[in-house]
Amino acid sequence: MPSSATLIAVAACALALPVWAEIAQPRAAELEHMVIQDCGSCHGLTMKGGLGSPLTREALDGADREVLATIILDGVPETAMPPWRPLITEEEALWIADYLLNREQTQ
Amino acid sequence: MKRFLAATALALLPCFALAETPCCSTGDLGLIIERATGSLLVVDRSEHAAVGRIEGLGDMSHASMTYSPDERFAYVFGRDGGLSKVDILEQKIVARTIQAGNSIGGAISDDGKLVAVSNYTPGGVKVFDADTLELVADIPAPGKTIGLADLPGRRFIWSVWDSGEAYLGDFSGDEPVVTSLGHVGKNPFDAVVTDDAHTYLIGLFGEKGVTAIDLWQDPPKPIRFLNDYGKDQEDMPVYKMPHLQGWAFSEGQFVLPAVGQYRLLWVDRETLKDTGTTEVHGQPVFIIAQPASPYVWVNFATPRNGVVQVVDTRTHEVVKTLEPGKAVLHMEFAPRGAEAWVSVRDENKIVIYDTRTFEKKAEIAAQAPSGIFFTARAHQPGL
Repeated sequence: MPSSATLIAVAACALALPVWAEIAQPRAAELEHMVIQDCGSCHGLTMKGGLGSPLTREALDGADREVLATIILDGVPETAMPPWRPLITEEEALWIADYLLNREQTQ
Repeated sequence: MKRFLAATALALLPCFALAETPCCSTGDLGLIIERATGSLLVVDRSEHAAVGRIEGLGDMSHASMTYSPDERFAYVFGRDGGLSKVDILEQKIVARTIQAGNSIGGAISDDGKLVAVSNYTPGGVKVFDADTLELVADIPAPGKTIGLADLPGRRFIWSVWDSGEAYLGDFSGDEPVVTSLGHVGKNPFDAVVTDDAHTYLIGLFGEKGVTAIDLWQDPPKPIRFLNDYGKDQEDMPVYKMPHLQGWAFSEGQFVLPAVGQYRLLWVDRETLKDTGTTEVHGQPVFIIAQPASPYVWVNFATPRNGVVQVVDTRTHEVVKTLEPGKAVLHMEFAPRGAEAWVSVRDENKIVIYDTRTFEKKAEIAAQAPSGIFFTARAHQPGL
């Protein structure tokens, strides 16, 4: 159960957000599933990291959404992070960046 | 009256037996990782049925396990650093420790006395007493450890992703003796010991090629092979790292997953020369030999992960393409090869195939299943 302070903090974050990339259902659900299951293979189901870096909200520490989207789309050379551009659009990458920056912590 | 009593006793006996001794043997049982819910499904291989569920195992992405020699206990290695000892008969966790921040797999010593865990954060190998899960040894490493496997004589072998070194740890004496086996290549992503414990094969992500270490040599030295494979074309993105635990050793060959290509690579076991390639449906993840047969079964990385292909090791040809469902993550064979169990994550089920006819024999419901582990693994070196 999140405390009311947390809820307020989350709400404040949401308000401070520029724009949420808009993706219609059911694609948004598919993307969320992809983040948890496929990204989770390397980054952990709880995004605490593995072969890939941790992607918790704390670890991302308010990183720029455009930068995150670029990493998702183009990968990181010399590492195991592949480019996802063949599988998702730029708008979808932004949606994933927003999702990671704003998701509720599971633990 | 006497007869009536006897009949009653007979009628009651099975129920009583069920309540007090739920089962007495585990030889045809198995555990299936339910990765998103942090649980294990207990399955009966002969009955094609789930017989229980064990919960509370934490983050089970990339979880794996190994079995005690009596096949009663499973040691489950979670992504979150959790090491759990599970009693299959009682269907519960009997010991659990969060031994690191982030881990990737483990192994049990040949005598069943020690359990070793391969850790990412902090990098290294920790060794535990198999009875109590008490820490016995802590071997730090300069990075993420991968490819941890058991060797005869209470020894373990492992590699380090960041530094590209392999190590041999001997835990047979009072103090562990750890020896570096030298540099094996850039970013080893997984490694495996052959079924005869002769060769440690190391897959490389950071460069082309594979490294073999002859474990019967003294001292063992890394040898590089397949240095030039696939240089004729651009690599494709790798959306899931191949796993080497099922690397098939068949017909005098190794069958290896090409990294960044939709191919299998065939290598002569003795000479380490390549003997061919097979074009397949996607980036191979697991290549697993069907016991008592000339075939290997292959699954693939996302997004081409709805398919399983069966390849003949004599001709290197795909002989069957199956479509079990969305997101096939793992395959496990009945120990004598009659059935293949396939986990289909996004359809929440296990599909069981007859390996001779490729007919579906049964399906078992499971929550986002990944690894399937039959207890027969207890007696296989390297598993």
